[in-house]
Formats: sequence, C-alpha cells, structure tokens
Amino acid sequence: MYEFIAFYIFAISTTILFMITVMSKNVLYAMTSLAAGMVMISGFFFILGADFLGVVQLIVYVGAVMALYSFAMMFFDATKDIKEKHNNPTLVFLLGGLMALVFVIIFSAPIIGENIEASYPIVNGVGNAQAVGIVLFTKYLVPFEVAAIMLLVAMIAGIILAGKKMDISLTKTVIQKEPEDEILKESK
Amino acid sequence: MIGVSHYLILSGLLFSIGFMGVLRRKNLLMLFFATEVMLNAVNIAFAAVGNYYGDLSGQMFAFFIIAVAASEVAVGLGLLILLYKKYGSLDLDVISSMKG
Repeated sequence: MYEFIAFYIFAISTTILFMITVMSKNVLYAMTSLAAGMVMISGFFFILGADFLGVVQLIVYVGAVMALYSFAMMFFDATKDIKEKHNNPTLVFLLGGLMALVFVIIFSAPIIGENIEASYPIVNGVGNAQAVGIVLFTKYLVPFEVAAIMLLVAMIAGIILAGKKMDISLTKTVIQKEPEDEILKESK
Repeated sequence: MIGVSHYLILSGLLFSIGFMGVLRRKNLLMLFFATEVMLNAVNIAFAAVGNYYGDLSGQMFAFFIIAVAASEVAVGLGLLILLYKKYGSLDLDVISSMKG
C-alpha cells in the first residue's frame, strides 16, 4: 500500500518536474527542476530495492553533475531568458506524443520472456551494497576498470577543453588579438 | 504490489519527455538537460527489469550508464565553453555553419 502511494507520488512529481525542465525558458528553473526530478528518481531506486544505486544517483547526479551544470551556468550568461525560434512546434509535439504512445504500447504488451533465468541472482541475507560489490568486483571487473579509465580521460579532456585561457571573460566581447605566429607576422 | 509494467510505462513517458526536449530545444545547454532526462528514464527501466527478474545485471548497467553520463557532462561542458568562446552564443541557429 505504501509502495503504491510512494510510486504514484514519485511518478507524478518526476513527470511534472521533467516537463518543467523541457519546457522552461529560464536556465535556472530548468536546472533546479532537473535536480529535483533526479532526487525523485532516486526514490524509485529505493522502492525497487536498489539501495546502492539510489545513493549513487543522489551523489553522482544530484551532487556532481548538477554542480558541474551550475558552474557552467555561471560561465554563460544565464540570467536572461532564452529565446528560441521554433519552426514547427506542432510537429515536435506530434513526434513526441507518437513516441510516448509507441513506448507505452511496447511496454504494456505482455512480457514474453517469462523463462529468462537470472544470471546474477540477488542473494538473500546479503545487503544490496554487499551484493553489488560482489558482482561488480567479480563478473564486471573489466567494465569497471574500463569505466575508471573513461572517467580519467573525461577528466583530462574537461580540464584541457575548459581550462585554456580562463582569464578571459566569456560574457564580454572577445577582443581580436594580434596573431602571435611568426609566419603570420611576417606575412602582414 | 506494483508490477514491472508500471515502471516501464513511466520510463517510456519520461524518455518521450526527454526526446521531445531534444527535438524542441535550440539552446545547447538545455539540450544537455533533455539528454539527462532520457538517461534517467533508461536507468529506471533497467532497475525495474532487474528487480523483476531478481537479477543484479540491471543495476550494474545503470551504474555504468551513470558513469557514462558523468563523463559525458564533463567533456560536453568543456566543448560548450569552447563554443561559447568562439561564437558568443549557444543557440544552434547561430552556431550552425552549414546553410542547408
């Protein structure tokens, strides 16, 4: 019964919050509603018994990713409303609605794969975090290490891409500088 | 007890909301938000199906999706800053160089 109430509260709030994210003109409103929606999504994970996944969702998404977005929002001039020119809004709503309809039909169709056996079954008597750790460090060890390398590459890429010439203000007009290259100077 | 189809329908709806955002948005930062919505919707579906079959693989895939999303944000925001330095705007109509 409580699961029922919780599911519907989380479902309605995530849907509304993500609609605000998609529809809002203000970057701040969109980002705040996205963060709140992610908190609500972690609620689903707790209902589903995936405690560790819920905690990771809270820490990584709501903590790290939204902090990155808020820093990015400070770089760009995000206080004013965004003006977007929409060529054909009805087509977008039609396509989005059609996609929603297709998804609902696909997922509400009876699930055929009834004879699927769990390859890594959830062990009774062990907490979710322990079970996840056991599977992650045995069966999924290589993808885990690859993910670690990928995160390292992403970190270096982020530093290299964003870190150059950070002393120049982004929101002011860029002043055209003289070419520093020797060949370009000689050709002038 | 809530069946797996509830979660899957909700996940499909959230994914379509994100898809609608991707189609609708012209600002690159807002486009990133819409992709985050789609990734979160897929995560719910993975966790629900994993719970339905009593399998931990769904949660594992959700973990790796979260890792991919985190690195995507790091690289993508760096690229956004470069684009903003070059064009002074994040609007796709301003940035687009091919007039097709």
